Amino acid sequence: MVIYGVALLAGCMLVGLWAGDVLGMLLGVESNVGGVGIAMLMLIFLGGYLMDKKKMPASTESGITFWNGMYIPIVVAMAASQNVAAAIDGGMIALLASLLAVVASFALVPCLNRLGRAKSEKPRPEKDEPTALKQDTRQRKSASSPVSARPRHAR
Amino acid sequence: MIESFLTQLEKQHLIAAFALVGGAMYLSYLISDKLTRGRVHGSAIAIMVGLALAYFGGIYTGGSKGLADISLFAGLGLMGGGMLRDLAIIATAYGVRFQEIREAGISGIIALFLGVIISFIAGVAVAYAFGYRDPVSLTTIGAGTVTYIVGPIAGASIGAPSDIIALSIAAGLFKSILVMILTPMAARHIGLDNPRSAMIFGGLMGTTSGVAAGLAATDPKLVPYGAMTATFYTGLGALLAPSVLYIAVRAVF
Repeated sequence: MVIYGVALLAGCMLVGLWAGDVLGMLLGVESNVGGVGIAMLMLIFLGGYLMDKKKMPASTESGITFWNGMYIPIVVAMAASQNVAAAIDGGMIALLASLLAVVASFALVPCLNRLGRAKSEKPRPEKDEPTALKQDTRQRKSASSPVSARPRHAR
Repeated sequence: MIESFLTQLEKQHLIAAFALVGGAMYLSYLISDKLTRGRVHGSAIAIMVGLALAYFGGIYTGGSKGLADISLFAGLGLMGGGMLRDLAIIATAYGVRFQEIREAGISGIIALFLGVIISFIAGVAVAYAFGYRDPVSLTTIGAGTVTYIVGPIAGASIGAPSDIIALSIAAGLFKSILVMILTPMAARHIGLDNPRSAMIFGGLMGTTSGVAAGLAATDPKLVPYGAMTATFYTGLGALLAPSVLYIAVRAVF
């Protein structure tokens, strides 16, 4: 039934956000720490477990995929209810500070990406020259694209 | 006749929002297809239209919720509010393989810490350049640049005046808007095309709304990975800004 999927999603969200609140309290922070992330992990594990047990019929799944599909429209509604006027009132300091932060963070994405890749290749047994290493990264790149191109519900 | 229709729109506000957003998205995808030949993603256009409408809504009503402050469009506030947004973000995680998340795990955590610190430094540097010298103001503006939730949290706990807190919120709002608009443009140049870089991206940017919208306009398949790390960012910022980072600012200035 569709409601089972929606209820599973809702249950993950409630428990995840609650865990995020508790984590925030334990850390002494007035904010939810990773509640949505915890809920996502729960859904990945619970959903995966139920799928393996063949307890996820298409109708139950559709209760989750519906909300997945509503994601972009919800984000558009979110954009339309942002306090854009207040941001523009903040003026140059606010704009420049955030622009600098965003540009610096963008620039760091490729750096961190490379750093992690190089590290994960270290424990490989054979010591090969840089060209072989380059080839290896290329192979990994091409190997990772079909994974992301695969429909996410295929297991 | 028309009045009674408008009353219905106000009464069934969430349903009206569904219809309105559906119409806006249809037009945005049409523009994307016909005017830009698919080069600018339809959802990127829809998000920019949303932001523009939010600006006019905010000017017209003087409220804080953009277009949702106009009673006719109140449903947008519920549809785009935290509750349904979180539900939809969590739903995107369904079917993701845990292995992909574990592979980028460490990089994601490094990205989180680095992201908070870089944004904080950027905020402090710009505030300093504009003549702010006291550690409380510098820290609050820096914290606001982390996200618009961290700014007021840090500001309140170290006793910042309300105009500085307002400024810090503005910086955070700008950050999330800039991430929404710039991500689809920058994506190709920073290698944002796989789950791993999406997790790093989410950790570095941190603004959940910005990451959510930016990735949606780039490639919806990447959303769960970016959102996963981004949701830890505000908590980490709220932890670091009023404590370690404030002490560091006091030591320097």
